[in-house]
Amino acid sequence: MLRYIGRRGLILIPTLFAISVVTFIVIQLPPGDFLSTRMAQLQSQGDGSLGAQELARLTERYGLDQPIYVQYWQWFSNIIFRGDFGDSFDYGRPVSALLAERLPLTIVLSVLTLVFIWAVSFPIGVYSAVKQYSAGDYTFTFLGYLGLAIPNFLIALVLMWLSLRYFGTSPGGIFSPEYRDAPWSLAKFGDLLSHIWIPVVIWGTAGTAANIRVLRANLLDELRKPYVIAARARGNSERWMTIKYPVRVAMNPFFSTIGWILPGLIAADAITSQVLNLNTTGPLLLQALLAQDMYLAGSVLMISAALVVIGTLISDIALAWLDPRVRLRY
Amino acid sequence: MNGEPLLRIEGLQTHFFTPEGVVKAVDGVSLSVPTGRTVCVVGESGCGKSITARSVLRLVDRPGKIVGGSIQWSSSGASPVDLASLDPDGPEIRRVRGGEIGMVFQEPMASLSPMYTVGAHLSEALRLHRKMSKEQARETSIDLLRRVGIPQPERRLDSYPFQLSGGMCQRVMIAVAISCDPALLIADEPTTALDVTTQARIIDLLKDLQAQNDMAMLFITHDLGVVAEIADQVTVMYLGKVAEHGTAEQIFEDPQHPYTRALLRSIPAVRGGGTRSRLAAIRGMVPHPLHRPAGCPFRTRCDHAIPGICDTVTPEATRFEGDHVAYCHLHTEAGAATRSASGPAVVPPAPDVGSLQVGPLRVIEPVARTAAMSADGPILEVRGLTKHYPIGGGLFRVPTGAVRAVDGVDLTIFPGETMGLVGESGCGKTTLGRCVARLLDSTSGEIRYHRADGRSVDLASMRGRALQEYRRQIRVIFQDPFSSLNPRMTLQQIVGEPLRVNGLARGRELEDRVADMLSRVGLRPEYMQRYPHAFSGGERQRINIARALITRPRLVIADEPVSALDVSVRAQILNLLVDLQAEFGLTYVFISHDLSVVEHISDRVTVMYLGEVVESADTADLYRQPRHPYTEALMRAVPVPDLSRRRRRHDVEMDDGLPDPAAPPPGCRFHTRCPYTRDELCRTDHPGLRPAGDRRESSCHYADGLLLTGVDDAGTPASAR
Amino acid sequence: MTQQLPGAGAAPALETEPVTAVDGDDQRIAVASQWKLVWWGFKRHRLAVICGIITLFIYLVAMFAPFLAPYNAGTHNSEYTYAPPQRLHLFDDGSFSPHVNGYTLEQDPETLALTFELDENTKVPVGFLVRGDEYKLFGLITWDRHLIGPKGDNGTPMYLLGADSNGRDMLSRIIHGTTISMSIGLVGVFLSLLLGVVLGGVSGYFGGKIDNAIQRLIEFIIAIPTIPLWMALFAAVPANWGQVQRYLALTVVISLVGWVGMAREVRGKFFAVKGDEYVTAAIADGASQGRVMFRHMLPSFTSHIIANLSLSIPTIILAETALSFIGLGLQTPTVSWGVLLQEAQNIRAVSTAPWILLPGVAVVITVLAMNFFGDGLRDAADPYKN
Repeated sequence: MLRYIGRRGLILIPTLFAISVVTFIVIQLPPGDFLSTRMAQLQSQGDGSLGAQELARLTERYGLDQPIYVQYWQWFSNIIFRGDFGDSFDYGRPVSALLAERLPLTIVLSVLTLVFIWAVSFPIGVYSAVKQYSAGDYTFTFLGYLGLAIPNFLIALVLMWLSLRYFGTSPGGIFSPEYRDAPWSLAKFGDLLSHIWIPVVIWGTAGTAANIRVLRANLLDELRKPYVIAARARGNSERWMTIKYPVRVAMNPFFSTIGWILPGLIAADAITSQVLNLNTTGPLLLQALLAQDMYLAGSVLMISAALVVIGTLISDIALAWLDPRVRLRY
Repeated sequence: MNGEPLLRIEGLQTHFFTPEGVVKAVDGVSLSVPTGRTVCVVGESGCGKSITARSVLRLVDRPGKIVGGSIQWSSSGASPVDLASLDPDGPEIRRVRGGEIGMVFQEPMASLSPMYTVGAHLSEALRLHRKMSKEQARETSIDLLRRVGIPQPERRLDSYPFQLSGGMCQRVMIAVAISCDPALLIADEPTTALDVTTQARIIDLLKDLQAQNDMAMLFITHDLGVVAEIADQVTVMYLGKVAEHGTAEQIFEDPQHPYTRALLRSIPAVRGGGTRSRLAAIRGMVPHPLHRPAGCPFRTRCDHAIPGICDTVTPEATRFEGDHVAYCHLHTEAGAATRSASGPAVVPPAPDVGSLQVGPLRVIEPVARTAAMSADGPILEVRGLTKHYPIGGGLFRVPTGAVRAVDGVDLTIFPGETMGLVGESGCGKTTLGRCVARLLDSTSGEIRYHRADGRSVDLASMRGRALQEYRRQIRVIFQDPFSSLNPRMTLQQIVGEPLRVNGLARGRELEDRVADMLSRVGLRPEYMQRYPHAFSGGERQRINIARALITRPRLVIADEPVSALDVSVRAQILNLLVDLQAEFGLTYVFISHDLSVVEHISDRVTVMYLGEVVESADTADLYRQPRHPYTEALMRAVPVPDLSRRRRRHDVEMDDGLPDPAAPPPGCRFHTRCPYTRDELCRTDHPGLRPAGDRRESSCHYADGLLLTGVDDAGTPASAR
Repeated sequence: MTQQLPGAGAAPALETEPVTAVDGDDQRIAVASQWKLVWWGFKRHRLAVICGIITLFIYLVAMFAPFLAPYNAGTHNSEYTYAPPQRLHLFDDGSFSPHVNGYTLEQDPETLALTFELDENTKVPVGFLVRGDEYKLFGLITWDRHLIGPKGDNGTPMYLLGADSNGRDMLSRIIHGTTISMSIGLVGVFLSLLLGVVLGGVSGYFGGKIDNAIQRLIEFIIAIPTIPLWMALFAAVPANWGQVQRYLALTVVISLVGWVGMAREVRGKFFAVKGDEYVTAAIADGASQGRVMFRHMLPSFTSHIIANLSLSIPTIILAETALSFIGLGLQTPTVSWGVLLQEAQNIRAVSTAPWILLPGVAVVITVLAMNFFGDGLRDAADPYKN
């Protein structure tokens, strides 16, 4: 078990390294990004002492007079050793400060959405498999297809529109205006709860639908295995037997789906949070990309990818803990 | 056996409601199991024997349903319960399941959940039915594991099923099944997935347990040899119906139903030398239960079918001595009436019921054995052949060892002979065959092939196109009749492919040659445009043979060509192989795990163990007196369909566990399981293959000193009785 | 069931004659090729067949969009901002005379906002194959006939699905959007297929180190959140690129990430088939490497690849819609469903004119139909699994 975790942990290092390289490429890619524009601007200003100083500072900070791999290393080592992700030119603030503001909500919402996805898809998936071809199964299967077919921003739009139309308010944001800057209180917490379910449901729809399908298919496979009949032949009751044996096995792939649910959530964040007016990293990324504020955009991308990789690692470890076949083979 | 039997099934009907129609998998089966006795249900695949067993415990899944009949269960003096009428998920049937009736399944590994330990499986039933505490259950579990012969039961309790071998898993399954002292144990093909030595030990175990617990057994199997070993009473099933029922003696010595008799004749039996005769195959194959023939289901394949009655009226039971029952019109009044009405012309020659002769034995000619084929010199010489598979590969994929699938094998094959290659699974026989056919690259060694023109070449060192010429001369018949034929190609494309890719024929000529080949293997040439999915397993194996022989090869490597087939079809294919050998002057390497089949078809036999050859000899010599303890163990373990040669219990006292082929034991590889292991020599010194008498070799230090026994009875071959 | 064998010689004795009971219907099955079996299997999924027809219909709409749409994509009438949908009346006083009602402008007395109301009294006659905006069908044939459109010259336009902020006909724009949205799916899938089949095939065929490297690459790409990566890559596309360039760039960007699924499928199938004995048999027959690959192995997974393709198209359509919606994909004047939905970003606009969400309905219907169709195809793709 420890060896397994060790191995999986070791694989993490090259993966994170590769992510940083891709991020750096993304940062360097746009020809007309903020930094280049700013540099050109400063250069054209000539020898003005202020401009020259700034020019020298930026050149020094990002190693612009160095070869590209040195630039990369400078950028990368600053992140690793100093937590310095560079500056956002659009906001005129360090990227790390912006991330610190936005990241917690993103993580909280992601975890809540994961919990929502599991809580909803688990019972439905089991029901659909055990009662295969029942009316309920057909209904859930159809809803699942629908959930996969509707873009989540469309759900967000429709929800916003309906609430504007029938309640006269737009449910955007995570707090009502009166609580936005208020200190924490029970009332603020209640307000949070009354708002937070909307992004959770919107982000979770596609994942829930996909997860139901996975669980249903897995469980149907498991229900046909000989050990199910053998367990029945030992005198177990149907319900208990189903939970103890096939569901237990079918749950494992369920855990490993975290690897692709998390990227989906990050994507949902990037696209819907603008509509929903959330202070998460999604709109930050979008704004940064539209403004070609590349250090900010690259950093958000890198942090999201790193979170996904770490989430996958955690799910792999959970899987090894749950499944003796994984645990004992390493 | 007085009074009510423990289990009495009356007119059981279990049907499957599929979109294609109602499949009457079990259609009016009656049988009973007396207290403390063993009843075997035997039949070919698709005859409904497993469904019958599952119906007893109400384990038939949708779309299957019991639609008729009763299953009377009378345990320990209680009034009989009709299991067929219970709610399949109700508390009554659940009390019976595991508590009063235990069940063992065919695939031991798959029948245990990989998520739970052996101990968890065991204590489940104990706590459920015997209401034990956790500690009690653990103690009892250890005791049960000890009873089923699992060493170090305390440690094994915390193992997971996938950490155990198949034989071990089956022991665990048996331990679970007997944990609540059931009055009846249902064993559904419990040894089919196991090797022959493991099978012998599992059968011994079941017999021991039965004697200790006074437990009855309902034993489902397709193997008449196993039936002969274990049965008190036998029920023969065919297409969802009982064909015949009687005591083991009655069934084996005085069979009344043509199907029973035909089955018994179609099995090649280990008999220790003597002449080789043709097998009496049953023609055709078992029809799909959807197309069950009207009247007697067996009539389409029966030599004695009486037109006018067998094809219209389902035969009633005819009672003979004791409980001996057969369902056949040869014995019914209606049958007799029809027969006399339509005159004697259609009556088969020997239908007189008194001393039933086995019907007209067809062309059973002894095939001449020419032992002195060595004069021409060998066709193939394999020297020091090894095939290692690297294993492991940690973080940086550095191999940590190698599985020695084939490890220094020498083999000499003479033209015109059949060399049987036999051994348990994992012994390397298939790998050896594939290396010789150059489907695998060997790690080292030489495969010297002697061409017809006298030159000889080393196939092992050849690569790519250079091999093409020899791919025509050495051909392979594959084991799996389903995966070995490309489902997307027609017969013409499949069988013609070797001709096409080698540029041997094209167009009209190719078509003619394919047609000719098809008819030689017993398929209609009109089938050329059909796809493999239109054919049954036996027919597909004929296609496989046609593909192998169409290039007119000299050497054919047949890799378990009949192991996937039913008994009756197997005999057809074996006969066909013998015929074709004579017709084309072929040399066979016949790979099989089945000692009786190998004896039937081979001139010489090579026995393999853990990647090495342990013994090689002429067939008769080898079977009469083996010179290696492993060969002896194998031979003793083979169940023979002959009551007079029922194996003595605990004859095979060999450990189940095959050593790890990546780390074979030092010294003689067999010493860890050998009952004759004597001293340091066996444990430290590798014996190597050495001459052990006339034209035979053995790799045992004491090959000359040991007095090993082969198949003791060299007398009457089973088919001549 | 005994029968004489022509030219069989002494070989098969009577008893080795197999009984084959294939007649009539079975005969038809016996000679049925893979594609026939797949087709028969697919036909049994009624829903999948219906969805297949819907999919086909949508592609036809995409091809004949300028003819089917009443107006060209850019035709606007700024007098009719957010005009509500009209109902198409087929009969007028019992006689067949298709028409729509005209509009009246009304002012809310409180908010002073101008809103359009349908005027039951004015009738705008509607005709089929009417003359209208000039367009080029397939980019080649210049024509000015439209399947449906307003007749007469009183200037009132026809808005069956309402108008957008510039008074452009939503119906026309959705129909024109079909062309881009559906074709981007096809082109994207084609590029993914190319990359996926080549890399997946290489991975599966050579195995070993190459396979390992490609597998790591695939795992890595999967770990990176797709949409943000697309967004980032697409942000690098210069703003001054033209419509066609952006379109191509988008398909390239989507397939740069989208090939992994295809590659996995191909590789998985490759390994599965590689283990089948008939491939070993083909090698034993002396078939060359190329022949083993293309004649023996490839046919066994083409049907799977096609099924997989049909399931990837909706994914790409969704991706395009999402990217264009947030402004990082295609941009006006290109008309795609995602571009049309950009207008809906403003929730106030949605509440004034909910019909600007209608392109989303087109997306949902298309994706739903293609998913059902693809699933049916996938289920039928292996007719030999039983």
